[in-house]
Amino acid sequence: MAASLLQQYEEIVGPEVTQELRVVADHVGKRRMQNINSTPVGGGVAELLARMVPLLRELGVDTTWDVIKGDQTFFSVTKNFHNALHGKTIELTEHMLQSYRETTEMNLREMNFTGDVIWIHDPQPAGLIAAKKEIGRRWVWRCHIDVSSPDARVWNFLQPFVDQYDAAIFSMPAFAQQLSIPQFMVTPSIDPLSDKNRELDENQVDRVAEKFHLDRKRPILTQISRFDRLKDPVGVIAAYRLVKARRDCQLVLAGGGASDDPEGFEVLQEVRAAANDPDIHILLLPDGSDLDINGLVRASTAVFQKSLREGFGLTVTEALWKRKPVIGGDVGGIRLQVLDGVTGYLVHSPEGAALRTLQLLADPELRRRMGDNGYQHVKQNFLLTRDVKDHLLVMAALEHPDEDVVHAD
Amino acid sequence: MNPVGPFHFYTERRLVQLTGAKASDLGELLAGLKDVSGSSIFYHTHHRFLSHHFQKPFVYNDFAVWASAAVQTEELAEKLGILDLRRFTSIRQLRETLVAIVEEHLREADGQLRPCLPGHEFHFCKSKSFIMPTGIMAQDPADMASKLPTITNVSLYFHFVEARLRMERATNDFSQWFKAWGADALAQEINSIDPYALTLDELKGTIANLISRHGVV
Repeated sequence: MAASLLQQYEEIVGPEVTQELRVVADHVGKRRMQNINSTPVGGGVAELLARMVPLLRELGVDTTWDVIKGDQTFFSVTKNFHNALHGKTIELTEHMLQSYRETTEMNLREMNFTGDVIWIHDPQPAGLIAAKKEIGRRWVWRCHIDVSSPDARVWNFLQPFVDQYDAAIFSMPAFAQQLSIPQFMVTPSIDPLSDKNRELDENQVDRVAEKFHLDRKRPILTQISRFDRLKDPVGVIAAYRLVKARRDCQLVLAGGGASDDPEGFEVLQEVRAAANDPDIHILLLPDGSDLDINGLVRASTAVFQKSLREGFGLTVTEALWKRKPVIGGDVGGIRLQVLDGVTGYLVHSPEGAALRTLQLLADPELRRRMGDNGYQHVKQNFLLTRDVKDHLLVMAALEHPDEDVVHAD
Repeated sequence: MNPVGPFHFYTERRLVQLTGAKASDLGELLAGLKDVSGSSIFYHTHHRFLSHHFQKPFVYNDFAVWASAAVQTEELAEKLGILDLRRFTSIRQLRETLVAIVEEHLREADGQLRPCLPGHEFHFCKSKSFIMPTGIMAQDPADMASKLPTITNVSLYFHFVEARLRMERATNDFSQWFKAWGADALAQEINSIDPYALTLDELKGTIANLISRHGVV
């Protein structure tokens, strides 16, 4: 008989952690949890939910996941919101707000709210809080993006929605807002059992390298990211060129497209135009490429995440889990993961990225040590089991809004 | 029949709660120290003890770390870092002392405030703690010696540190229990351990050694 999910996690995280999950799940008891987001595939939130829902169910928590509907215009609007919340200046028009309101209205009519606790992920479905007046329940808004310096107009539009929730969840202390509701920090996580993260043997890694025409005898530098300007793929190419002038290496820029990201194709064209080198491999990977991504990271010598803004940066977590030193932009959640000089390096420019890459390429022992540290750091802090525990604790916290210490006998 | 009840091991599960308050210079830090809840003061002076560290930190207090790393006031960082947290039996006292140290520093600095770089602000957090029974109990001192190695560091931390300062109990839970058993000397010695100078594994080992040395097993 196949091992249960909990047994499989236990092999990785140890019995202490899974036992703790059982205790907290028992405490939450019969409350039903309903998650709502904007896309069934692509992007970190969909990945998280796809892994978290089965585990919560196995723990006895009645958990469901629904996705809102929207047309191209709506997703273009919410992509703009996303960029604006990251601090980018956008043109915000009444037409855009109208599209958001109309799509929210349509989803309010069509959505079946079944949970005792309803978790709304990110801004796209945030307006569904309007249903609270009629149906009550507990509502949590989990914001997965960096809102440390949001565009004021977009935030002012969203905040009246957010203030109606029972609690808001952010990934970092710096993302906290002035809100009338409790705010909790839940850092995101990765699933060590998923195709993207599970162990692969060397033959599998070789096959992936071969498939993408990579030479494992020479250093491979990789950034796995959606083709998004905030991930600075062009900056990564600039860093690569500085390294390449002094040391032979290959660069992989690999990413997929998410169904709520119409800007991606445009950026991909820019990146292709900037590449122009046989050792630069630009890979647009279709959905379902998780094993390839896993293999690409495992085949890498070091991994970049040179973001200019970042919510959390799960690609960093994924690389650290595979014992790869990460050269990351000194922004957002990358700072929680790349402990400078311990699990990788924080950089501020293509030049900084190049400098640290050269240092890592010259020192295999340093790479090994950082790789081990990165693995431990993720194991302690950023695996799905911890995320699930935090979700359960938030459900418990909603029942005790005014107490800092809850005696849960 | 035992005159003393069993020792029930509890553990703490915590969520980090964000207050939305932040400081970008020492004046704002001072304002925050005066204003935030006691839970926030406790969080920022204690949460690092529970974290995994690749190297034993030089200082665990967030205020000291920030004073050094973000606003480069090393002298203040050292004064905050050396605070003996065992001296305090309430968070109110701890807060008053932190405030006094920062105020004195600002007086000496003639009110000059160096702002931190954008993105390096101090964000006041607090913890929301759930105290839950582990189901493990020690029936008597000999049983305590056998159960102690099996409890988690979080449980140890709860009974030794959190119970005393955050719950404002007179001493740590172990000392209180051994005292009830009439093992006053052992209770006193356990109470004199400085948990802030040890890792939680070291603290566990130290308590176990004391129990063994006092011959209760």
